[in-house]
Amino acid sequence: MENKGLTKVDIIFEKIDPKEVLIKAYKMTSAEIIQNMLDSGLKGRGGAGFPTGLKWKYTAAEKEPEKYIICNADEGEPGTFKDREILDRVSTKVHGGMAIAGKAIGAKKGIVYLRGEYRYLLPKLMIELASFHKMIKEIGFDFSIEYKMGSGAYICGEESALFESIEGKRGEPRNKPPYPTVSGVYNKPTSINNVETLVTAMMIINHGAKNFTQYGTKDSRGSKVFSVSGDTPTPGIFELELGMTVQQFVTEFGDGDTKAVQVGGASGFCVPRKKFAETIIGFEGVPTGGSMKLFNSSRSMYNVLHNYLDFFNEESCGQCTPCRVGCQQLLKGVEKVKKGEAKSTYLNELIKLADSMKIAAKCGLGQSVGNAFKSIVGNFREEIIY
Amino acid sequence: MINLLINDQKVSVKEGTTVLAAAKDLKINIPTLCNHDDLCVAGNCRVCVVEQKGARTLIASCATPVTEGMEIHTNTLKVRNARKHVVELLLSEHRADCTKCYKNQNCELQSLANEFAFGEHVFLDLVEDHNYTIDRSSPSFIKDDSKCIRCQRCVRTCSELQYISAISVANKGSHQKISSFHNRPMSHVVCTNCGQCVNRCPTGALVEKTYIDQVWDAIYDPDKHVVVQTAPAVRVALGEDLGYDPGERVTGKMVNALRQLGFNSVLDTDFSADLTIMEEGTELLVRLKKALVDGDKKISLPMFTSCSPGWIKFMEHKYPEFLPNLSTCKSPQQMFGALAKTYYAKKRNLDPSKIVSVSIMPCVAKKFEADRPEMRASGYKDVDYVLTTRELAVMIKQAGIDFRNLEDSNYDSIMGDSTGAAVIFGATGGVMEAALRTAYEIVTGREVPFGNLEITPVRGMEGVKEATIKIEGCVDAWKFLEGAELKVAIAHGLINANKIMKLTREGKAPYHFVEIMACPGGCIGGGGQPIPTNIKIREKRMKAIYAEDVHMVRRKSHENPDVIAIYNDFLEKPNSHKSHELLHTHYVERDNY
Repeated sequence: MENKGLTKVDIIFEKIDPKEVLIKAYKMTSAEIIQNMLDSGLKGRGGAGFPTGLKWKYTAAEKEPEKYIICNADEGEPGTFKDREILDRVSTKVHGGMAIAGKAIGAKKGIVYLRGEYRYLLPKLMIELASFHKMIKEIGFDFSIEYKMGSGAYICGEESALFESIEGKRGEPRNKPPYPTVSGVYNKPTSINNVETLVTAMMIINHGAKNFTQYGTKDSRGSKVFSVSGDTPTPGIFELELGMTVQQFVTEFGDGDTKAVQVGGASGFCVPRKKFAETIIGFEGVPTGGSMKLFNSSRSMYNVLHNYLDFFNEESCGQCTPCRVGCQQLLKGVEKVKKGEAKSTYLNELIKLADSMKIAAKCGLGQSVGNAFKSIVGNFREEIIY
Repeated sequence: MINLLINDQKVSVKEGTTVLAAAKDLKINIPTLCNHDDLCVAGNCRVCVVEQKGARTLIASCATPVTEGMEIHTNTLKVRNARKHVVELLLSEHRADCTKCYKNQNCELQSLANEFAFGEHVFLDLVEDHNYTIDRSSPSFIKDDSKCIRCQRCVRTCSELQYISAISVANKGSHQKISSFHNRPMSHVVCTNCGQCVNRCPTGALVEKTYIDQVWDAIYDPDKHVVVQTAPAVRVALGEDLGYDPGERVTGKMVNALRQLGFNSVLDTDFSADLTIMEEGTELLVRLKKALVDGDKKISLPMFTSCSPGWIKFMEHKYPEFLPNLSTCKSPQQMFGALAKTYYAKKRNLDPSKIVSVSIMPCVAKKFEADRPEMRASGYKDVDYVLTTRELAVMIKQAGIDFRNLEDSNYDSIMGDSTGAAVIFGATGGVMEAALRTAYEIVTGREVPFGNLEITPVRGMEGVKEATIKIEGCVDAWKFLEGAELKVAIAHGLINANKIMKLTREGKAPYHFVEIMACPGGCIGGGGQPIPTNIKIREKRMKAIYAEDVHMVRRKSHENPDVIAIYNDFLEKPNSHKSHELLHTHYVERDNY
């Protein structure tokens, strides 16, 4: 097991001259930019971890003249608040990453889909965007960005539901294939990247792919911005090198009584104390879009699970059966078991259901409901029953 | 061609084929619910999931196109478990009072439950957790949310086939439901009552409002004289609900069965369809004369047919500025109704207040039409009850009639005679063809210049059809039409109707006369016809309609002896004062939401 330990780094928020980086990118060919991304091993920072270079390569390969680069800023995963911070502090790097991606894939249009609750950032972002547009025009980029506001639905962070939302439709995930790289927003080839991914891409152009690969592990290159919350004396935003164990994380951020860490939000995994030492935070272990929530022994894991299921019950788009009804069954099921109105063995049926949801639901939301459910019920069964 | 393996069997299919269709080629059945041949892919019920080698999750076979070298398994343990879970989940949200349900035995969820979810159900009942409502506001259909499985077939039907979107998806998560604008009752939204959603609902969530018991009550009431009329499209579809294959004509047996059910007189909407041609054809010729000869700028052209009540309501909601373009003729059903309690009553020496007028229609919008306040020209409700083809099949079953072994029987007289021109009203293009057969002959004194009277350019399943008929050799009275080119168009399905209306609104519709039917295929695909429906079934019914035409002794409306008789004895002539009183109507503007 590759273990890099806990190292704080400063890449995302690092002070740079954005114009200099963009001039450098402007002089590169599309293929060179994509090669840099492939060499860096960068994987998407939204949580799913799709290799960014591949995504750009596929989109670049499409012959369609109209393409889009979308920045997914619909940060809705419970316990994640790093994109807000990034947009607030270094929006020019986000916009810059989009321009670089646009150059790579051949898109002249970029859209930032901003979480509805972050509307208050918009006036400042608009001012920064205006000067950004001026700057890239001077460099020679034929590229512009517009902002579209979300309206509060968690599901609209799912890429194809996000496209539907941009198009003014009800935010429901589409069938895949076709994938966004072939047919995304307005049915045009689209690369959709997380806020942090785009900033990282810009920093890879700045420092070089090789520099980036020095950080992290084979499967999880680079560093990552974590949103730390829950039972911790030091909540907040921290950029850490990938490849630490949960134990190392807890040692740094825990309150001395941590019994579990929910890695990756409601759709992520719950790691219990006994597995802290063996679990790597990264794509080889537990992946995360940034959400790290610590729970100490005063917390009832039943309440934690109930809260997540309640959330999914509310935020499922409702179109596919496994997710819409499955979430209701999981929630009602644990309530019944807790009240003693259903046998504790009923949890086994619910685990089977969670397995089916994982493979039969239409999109990533429904497929990941089972993560929290199984890891919490699996590790804290007695807290659910008694 | 794309090569793949399904359950270890090789199959080659065209690029773009779905896994589901490829499996069908191999006669491998994959269950579906949200999938419908007439509609775009939804992929939301997840019943059709299958295992693809190398894929992280199962895939929806209805929504996944084949790829070269794909290996699919349709019946693995994983697939079976997931499918069983999906069916059980749907059942947990569904009020499964099957024995009381109108769709019992004709429910796709029930069929799947029989295969996958018999015995004890694993999951908790969620029905009481939902605040389900039953909307009975429409006179045509009932929307019962407690039966809804959210497959969205109705939503897709309403937007893709009908361009209405009276129903759409509202809310999310466990609160997600199929709803209307601001959750208003269906009677107070843009719904045209076409019933196409009813035809495609896999469960009992959308069903017609039945009036079977009321009709039985009338039949058993010794004081009542119950007359029944049957629409042209019923006779080519009724068999499907009684064990026949699609496309079988059962006219004679149907008439016999109606008599056995106890109706006092079994008459034919075809009679009033022929009458419609006389009235509407004359109206068209008068409009043309006023516009072309008199130069009357107030005359609205093109003139649109008015037989289809779904289409009428569509116009009232969506294009009210073109209501003057609609023919003022009532639909054949309503012409019949108005005459049943006047002309028929007089002829049979009956008290019209004792007559109960029932119609058997391929339609659910007809139920709404019969309820319109304008439809009381006789001084009574002209048509008391409208039953669908499906409801008639139910009555025949209830009465224990051995339908298959019935002798053929003929319609009763007075308003029972008809022609081939009337029969083809049931298919898209039929009204146009019937009108041309008569109008051309009135104007020129000769038959339409098409072999065997078959005006092929107006036939077929194309969404919008156009034709131009050159009028030559006019008789003296119609000399002003000499050399004129009559431009006509035909559309079926409201999405196609909308194409014509859009052109009309833009001033780009060059037509004189346009036939529009609200339902795909015309009345043969009506919202009251047997379920299921798809293009193959509709084509078979259409073929049967044209076969019925060919087999008729008379094939032109103006040759119908009952029609000739009614003009001689009662109405005087087409568009007479009396005709206008009884057979013509007006329309109202409605809100567009």
